[in-house]
Amino acid sequence: MIQLSDVSYGYDGRELLSHIDMNLQPGSFHFLTGPSGAGKTTLLKLCYADLVPTSGHIAIFGKDLAEMDRDAIAYARRRIGVVHQDCRFLDHLSISDNILLPLEVSARDNEAHHLQELLSWVGLSDRANALPPEMSGGERQRAALARAVIMSPEVIIADEPTGNIDWEMSQRLLDLLIELNKMGKTILIATHDLNLIRTAKKNVSARVLRIRDRQLTSAGADL
Amino acid sequence: MSKFARPAIPDAFLSRADRVVPPSGFTARLTQFTAAAMAFLAVFALALSLATGRLAERWSSELARAVTVRISAPVDQMTIQTAAVERVLRTTPGVSSFRVLDEADERALLEPWLGPGLPLESLPIPQLVEIVEDDAGIDTEGLRLRLSAEAPGAVLDDHSRWRQPLVEAASRLRLLGLVAIVLITMATGAMIALAANSALAANREVIRVLRLVGARDTFIVRAFVRRFTLRSLGGALAGVILGAAALMVLPGADQGAGFLTGLRFQGAEWLWLFLIPPVTAIVAFVATRIAAFRALKEFT
Repeated sequence: MIQLSDVSYGYDGRELLSHIDMNLQPGSFHFLTGPSGAGKTTLLKLCYADLVPTSGHIAIFGKDLAEMDRDAIAYARRRIGVVHQDCRFLDHLSISDNILLPLEVSARDNEAHHLQELLSWVGLSDRANALPPEMSGGERQRAALARAVIMSPEVIIADEPTGNIDWEMSQRLLDLLIELNKMGKTILIATHDLNLIRTAKKNVSARVLRIRDRQLTSAGADL
Repeated sequence: MSKFARPAIPDAFLSRADRVVPPSGFTARLTQFTAAAMAFLAVFALALSLATGRLAERWSSELARAVTVRISAPVDQMTIQTAAVERVLRTTPGVSSFRVLDEADERALLEPWLGPGLPLESLPIPQLVEIVEDDAGIDTEGLRLRLSAEAPGAVLDDHSRWRQPLVEAASRLRLLGLVAIVLITMATGAMIALAANSALAANREVIRVLRLVGARDTFIVRAFVRRFTLRSLGGALAGVILGAAALMVLPGADQGAGFLTGLRFQGAEWLWLFLIPPVTAIVAFVATRIAAFRALKEFT
């Protein structure tokens, strides 16, 4: 699905990630962990082509990122659902409109009839017309997940999806992601919440990757 | 769709992209005002260009058809030389008619400069013969040679000495009008591009989110191009209506008053006004499209 080969990324003369190799196989479940500022978000951004590596190769759905034009990147992003740390909603649109946005930009708004089902799945049926600033952190995160899955993407990437919500809500969100993985979706979640990882591993076969000193390694048995 | 999603454009005109990009408020009004002001100026530049074109044509054709023969000779030779000139003119191809000006005609010509009651008989006034050419025109060089042979005191004046500078001046004025139209068009494009850039900058986060959820550049560009084109079209329509109304207020063309009163469009020339709004819309379309594609390059 998404493969990083010997990828390094630097910004302003400083190397943030060094010689990363990573391969997201179809249907796999990965956690990405590491301390704050380790480069988790940077690595995720490289996965959905929001950043371009300084060196190395990234293949998204079998295509080399370096050879993809802007339209090809847009089409690839329609196959990757992303739950951003800050949700990234358009505040002038209702939460329903925000969730429908990927369908709208892909001219697939004829599939919008799934919306009610999706809102019910994430427990937001009664909040359909609310504006993002009017919603709680948990509601926003669940709405972000709904937006990430509305195109039925093959890969779902979530950046600290439980960062701003309580434990109960985190569990609920995690259950939704596990459910998606059981439907065959490839999942990559960046989190520093080790309890979340431990809980998930009881229900799903997840691989845990850790970023330390700009390098990506497999986490040890302590997880 | 929430009420916040609606730009102030009727739903029927909204594309998918229009619905997700918030209305641009100040830049929208700026674009409309710019388009209206530029269209208003374009009406006058067009009127100037057409009026000077008409003037140049009129001067050129009126003067080109009038040729004068001036006979300067001693009093006892004047009648003989005038008769010789008449003989020559009768047999010259291209002469539609000619008229030997009598004393009353000459007095009328000189009166504005020398005052009434001129003692013409005591002044060495040359005899003037006014010639009107037919469509084929006169071979002025040939006529000049024949006159010098048969009436040595006769001089042919085809007015080219002062006709040419007048026609050139009018032609340059017309050119200035056209240059003004080109400059107005370019300035309109530049100002709309600036307004579009401002709207794009104000919507950075919207554009970023749209790109992240898989929007192609053409989808995003369409929202801005569509709204700037429609607003420019609306502004230009208002500007043209105001410009046309201002032209209507000007006094009508009259033969004696000359250039300024002839600035109003005549007949089918009014149809030129219908071109201004679509041209403005096309300029806005191109300017916004270029600005938007350029701005999008900074988003991954």
